[in-house]
Amino acid sequence: MFKIIHAQFIAPGIKRFVLEAPRIARKQKAGQFVILRVYQEGERIPITIENSDPQRGTINIVVQSAGKTTQLLNSLNTGDSILDVVGPLGKPSEIEKVGTVVVIGGGVGTAMAYPSAAAFKRAGNRVITIIGARTKELVILETELREVSDVLMITTDDGSYSDKGFVTDKLRQLIENGTRIDLVLAIGPIVMMKAVAEMTRKENIHTVVSLNPIMIDGTGMCGGCRVLIDNKSEFACVDGPEFDAHKVNFGVLVQRNSMYRDAEQKSLQAFKHSAGDPATTQCALAQGGKR
Amino acid sequence: MSPTAKSLNPFSLKERIKVPRQLMPEQPADERNKNFNEVNLGYSPELARQEALRCLECAKPTCTDNCPVGVNVKEFVELIVAGDFLGAAAKIREDNVLPAVTGRVCPQEDHCEGKCLLSKKVKPLGIGYLERFVADYEQRMGTHILPNVTPTGKKVAVVGSGPSGLTVAGDLIQKGHKVRVFEALHELGGVLVYGIPEFRLPKQIIREQLDYMREMGVEFETDVVVGRTVTIDELMQEEGFDAVYIGTGAGLPQFMGIPGEHLNGVYSANEFLTRINLMKAYKFPTYDEPMLDLHGKDVAVIGGGNTALDAIRSALRLGARKAYVIYRRSEAEMPARAEEVHHARQEGIDFQMLTAPVEFLSDGNGWLTAARCVRMELGEPDSSGRRRPVPIKGSEVDLPLSVAIMAIGTTANPIVQSTTPGLGTDKRGYIQADSNTQRTTRKGVFAGGDIVTGAATVILAMGAGRRAASSIHDYLTTGEW
Repeated sequence: MFKIIHAQFIAPGIKRFVLEAPRIARKQKAGQFVILRVYQEGERIPITIENSDPQRGTINIVVQSAGKTTQLLNSLNTGDSILDVVGPLGKPSEIEKVGTVVVIGGGVGTAMAYPSAAAFKRAGNRVITIIGARTKELVILETELREVSDVLMITTDDGSYSDKGFVTDKLRQLIENGTRIDLVLAIGPIVMMKAVAEMTRKENIHTVVSLNPIMIDGTGMCGGCRVLIDNKSEFACVDGPEFDAHKVNFGVLVQRNSMYRDAEQKSLQAFKHSAGDPATTQCALAQGGKR
Repeated sequence: MSPTAKSLNPFSLKERIKVPRQLMPEQPADERNKNFNEVNLGYSPELARQEALRCLECAKPTCTDNCPVGVNVKEFVELIVAGDFLGAAAKIREDNVLPAVTGRVCPQEDHCEGKCLLSKKVKPLGIGYLERFVADYEQRMGTHILPNVTPTGKKVAVVGSGPSGLTVAGDLIQKGHKVRVFEALHELGGVLVYGIPEFRLPKQIIREQLDYMREMGVEFETDVVVGRTVTIDELMQEEGFDAVYIGTGAGLPQFMGIPGEHLNGVYSANEFLTRINLMKAYKFPTYDEPMLDLHGKDVAVIGGGNTALDAIRSALRLGARKAYVIYRRSEAEMPARAEEVHHARQEGIDFQMLTAPVEFLSDGNGWLTAARCVRMELGEPDSSGRRRPVPIKGSEVDLPLSVAIMAIGTTANPIVQSTTPGLGTDKRGYIQADSNTQRTTRKGVFAGGDIVTGAATVILAMGAGRRAASSIHDYLTTGEW
């Protein structure tokens, strides 16, 4: 059982949890993630690590409500527990001093981009961060990212905050202005990462993306997270999650991530139906707590 | 060879040969192919004693010599003849910490029963069935004979709670060492839990074996991926472990590299079985993990090993209309356990031998619709000694499928190797370990099972565990490397 020390919404539908996980906190590096299972009948899902505190033995995770499991997670509060949390998984980001790094975070991907931006900064790079969100309320980690970035740019799809547009508009501006860019790291929705990859491919700018395929064990056993890199199978949990964006087959990733859409919808509807009664959730969790 | 002087067996050797091998009671095939209950139902005490009476009590038992963990077959069978079933269980446990498991999943025809003297004339002694019987009997009685041990003060970390790790843990705890087992998944048991289905190995049996190990003092920690959550060096330097055993098991699934392998509907056997066995996806939506609905669908597994049969027999139980095994060699070369092939056939699995897929076809929206297969013929023997399958030109045929499951083997999991400096690996990435002592190139670090040999069987992994436990004990008591 992993205790929730603190839980707080940082935007509508996006919650930050501080979890007691001393082993993970000691080892976590930028670019890594955890897999968790909320309760006994729960599925295993990969979740972003935003930060960790090895002294306190805690990790921060950021969860956006989407399917049943993330909605269930986001109904948990300070003092509740999560049955299983395993990690840190995946290879850490390769952090080197390369010059100027553009870190792009889209939506909740911003939470995973944050530790990498901070690490690139610590390694002596000039860090230009671009964060994109649908609307003003969904802009997250602005203050934190401002601290670790030389330049911070924000876009909102609807123009309700900062500049209207997409992260790629900002990236294009940088390229057109002749800004020297040595590396781009993009973490966010697949369409965003694909758009970034297409843009930088033409400019021959080395670009890394963090992929989010369906995953079960996350330890290099099941092979569910296979992605097509340079037309070869690789596994996001042990070979990734970060890959050379110009080699990723994004189409296959989108297609494979849609494999369980019907089941996911069914699960979510059933959960929403029962969620009117908070006792249902609490009951499920209490049962889940017993190993 | 003659029976020992004090034999309790009233039959002469000639009479024993005339007693037929007692059949294992089983669920009828057309019922069991619709449920996940165990296929084999187990011997009654009467059947067990009757079967035990067939043992020739050889002066030099070849069965034991051919057992990877060296179970003293003759003595435990004698105890069954004497009616001392608990004594028989305790006798097996001296050499095998998981008798209820091996009694069910060990390929006995390749080991003890394959060398049974009876098999020269009639069917071999049902050693596996007898082992299962006494282990289950002991479980039902609820009384274990706990060994007496003197603590040594030494601490051993075991990485992985599969059959080899559990064997090491069980052996070392009985020698008085402290043992802590680290497991990456949320459940203990490794492949016994995520890989082998309920109908062949009920999970309750693993839980009982684990409870017994806890009773003996073994500690378990789940949700720890050694190499990521903690390294081997940290275990030894910071957490005070005097020795480490690496038994991380099978690695990533292999794919054929043919077009269409990324289509929706193409699974690795590991993923397919993990969803079913570990995550209970077939109980969706009671359990949250989803899987594709197989009712009325045509499903094929590619491969001829136990994993392939476990996967396709599971698919059949989940409502598949047609369930094929596609194997590129002939039945004689199939590595699966003989009993599983027999059971699968009874249940209605369609074996497409000497056949291999060359491409998976799609509906244009990313979903699998068929496997384009080519027929094969057997040519000259290859490096494995088996006759190499050669494609027959112009023999392509499209087999309509909704789901294809790849069960063609695994590659080495790289996590421990890549985070443990100085740990030697072979050119395929498996950990180098001495085949007698299971020592790796790192002092105090031992390894065994699939992470050393590549994919093999439960009993071979347990055999490595036994050898490792013995040499870990030597190392801990003498300090010599």
